[in-house]
Amino acid sequence: MEGSVAYENDLHLKATELRLGLPGTDEREEHAVSNVRNNKRPLQEGGANGKSDSQNETAPPAKAQIVGWPPIRSYRKNNFQSKKNESEGPGIYVKVSMDGAPYLRKIDLKVYTGYRELLQALENMFKFTIGEYSEREGYKGSDYAPTYEDKDGDWMLVGDVPWEMFITSCKRLRIMKGSEARGLGCGV
Amino acid sequence: MNYFPDEVLEPVFDFITSHKDRNSVSLVCKSWFKIERYSRQRVFIGNCYSTCPERLIARFPGLKSLTLKGKPHFADFNLVPHDWGGFLYPWIEALAKSRIGLEELRLKRMVVSDESLELLSKSFVNFKSLVLVSCEGFTTDGLAAIAANCRFLRELDLQENEVDDHRGHWLSCFPESCTSLVSLNFACLKGEINLGALERLVARSPNLKSLRLNRAVPFDTLEKLLMQAPQLLDLGTGSYVPDPSSEAYNRLKSAIQRCKSIRSLSGFLEVNPRCMSAIYPICANLTFLNLSYAPGLSGNELTKLIQHCRKLQRLWILDYIGDKGLGVVASTCKELQELRVFPTDPLGAGNAAVTEEGLVLISAGCPKLNSLLYFCQQMTNAALITVAKNCPNFICFRLCILDPIKPDPVTNRPLDEGFGAIVESCEGLKRLSLSGLLSDQVFLYIGMYAKQLEMLSIAFAGDSDEGMLYVLNGCKKLRKLEIRDSPFGNAALLEDVGKYETMRSLWMSSCEVTLGGCKTLAEKMPSLSVEIINESQQMEFSLDDRTVDKMYLYRTLVGHRKDAPEFVWIL
Repeated sequence: MEGSVAYENDLHLKATELRLGLPGTDEREEHAVSNVRNNKRPLQEGGANGKSDSQNETAPPAKAQIVGWPPIRSYRKNNFQSKKNESEGPGIYVKVSMDGAPYLRKIDLKVYTGYRELLQALENMFKFTIGEYSEREGYKGSDYAPTYEDKDGDWMLVGDVPWEMFITSCKRLRIMKGSEARGLGCGV
Repeated sequence: MNYFPDEVLEPVFDFITSHKDRNSVSLVCKSWFKIERYSRQRVFIGNCYSTCPERLIARFPGLKSLTLKGKPHFADFNLVPHDWGGFLYPWIEALAKSRIGLEELRLKRMVVSDESLELLSKSFVNFKSLVLVSCEGFTTDGLAAIAANCRFLRELDLQENEVDDHRGHWLSCFPESCTSLVSLNFACLKGEINLGALERLVARSPNLKSLRLNRAVPFDTLEKLLMQAPQLLDLGTGSYVPDPSSEAYNRLKSAIQRCKSIRSLSGFLEVNPRCMSAIYPICANLTFLNLSYAPGLSGNELTKLIQHCRKLQRLWILDYIGDKGLGVVASTCKELQELRVFPTDPLGAGNAAVTEEGLVLISAGCPKLNSLLYFCQQMTNAALITVAKNCPNFICFRLCILDPIKPDPVTNRPLDEGFGAIVESCEGLKRLSLSGLLSDQVFLYIGMYAKQLEMLSIAFAGDSDEGMLYVLNGCKKLRKLEIRDSPFGNAALLEDVGKYETMRSLWMSSCEVTLGGCKTLAEKMPSLSVEIINESQQMEFSLDDRTVDKMYLYRTLVGHRKDAPEFVWIL
């Protein structure tokens, strides 16, 4: 996109320009969203930071927030977001290690509402897939098992206890790989 | 025209209960108008500014039940400033001074102050039922007044209101003598409540049929409440985080077995997913399941639960159920009439889990489906055409693609043909919400086929004034039209000004109507109130060429309202 360098130097004047052109003629152009009237195409790709989208295809696009979209009652929106923003007190940061990875990561357990979200986040962070959880066999179907060290110093399988209990007793996480992981499941 | 004396007609009219029918009856002749108005007990006012309390009181002296709606629908999505209007107090004040024996009040999108709740609670001896949906402006102090003063209260139903929770003792304000409760729903309250008071209240309410708790009610209390109230028809749990090895959990399992009447289940605001199996025994008889506030479950647990719910007629869930989960719904819930799938993560970066596939599966498996609200990642024309063929009975069809101008991802075309198929096939369609990339063509179809359409919501759609004109000309029964961020301007607005008198209201925001166009409309139609909501305060009243941010117009019998705030111009 030839125009992108110009944008960076350019005070983004083009970005906020009100135009009478037909919609869709400049699809890739960045537009500020909330107060522009003539533009009916909200920002889709790239962030509101002037970078063009074509080189960012691997990262998930940062969606600009359109006022009042999606059309969900604010009560419902606040209900879910307040869980994420519960900054009454500091976050619960724990180290996460993955067998074979060169360095550890840290995550804030308070940010997640449950196991599903946590496991999805770990999958994204370390680029692997966790299997299906079952009480009998642990995480079947993959070479990995998420475990955590609890207050007593024992290594436990993630998912056995209620979420609220888990986040208060988890000291650190370790994603086990290979035969060690399968041993924990006592299954195949 | 009167072959019968009034006393004979009155009991006949008693059988006529629907508002529409009653309104028609009252138009037949003067004598029927008179009989109808004296016998009318239930009145519905869809826009509180279309009339005034004095006219209501004068016409219907026998009023017992009043339904009032205030702010325009888009207020739900933060498009209307908080103090725009819709105040309850003047209504209560006027009714209190009259001799009306109000017993039931149902409000939607109104501003309800504690003062109005207090006045309400003290003014009507037989007051029985208060239902507040999507309202704001009150605190738990107002609820305390209702609890304390309404001696024969049967119903207190709070749905999705923004309540300032003073964590007080409002629930303890129900006196010991109050034993008449049939329905209590405080799920939307955020604060702590007095658990002992709640237990005692439920224990002394033998007629309690509907109980919906808030997040602050822990599992242990839930278990005790269920033991006290096995006659419940409708249960909303608060927090559901049992310790599976505890005695309380065992007791709950047996209490649930005794609750043979539960037909409606909701809540699980916090949940231990491992303990959902305790609920399975009541699933077989459920007709309504609302898990749209339960993000703590996984798709698997949700699907397992639904597999037990063969009689389900209404299902509200979050999109983590996924397309496959919807397939399970389709094969299990053959009686399904209404489905709502909400997004777990509204600003989600592409993780939303349902697509057109889930909807197609549902349409194939649930032929009785007539009402849909579906937030999804994407939609195709082919899918919509299939859905239209499978489910011709839609009355309400609301599709929300999270990216509002996304085309059909397979063909890269607009979704005109898909929605066209829906309106052509569903002859009884009354409510439609559009999304995705749409051109004027979709509006051509809507104008052509959607003959029963009463409410239409449009966002980021269309190419020109033609679009809006197709709708205004073709949809004869249109009552509410709300449009945002679409290229419709003065030509469309002003072509048929008389049309707006046949409608309840029109909302247009971020479109291309100008101040001058709105002024012209207001001048031509004195029976309409044309409001400009001008938050940015940049607009000068004389600049007719500027496009208007937000316009809301409605028909009214009582002229311009006197309570508009500074940023609202009534032309």
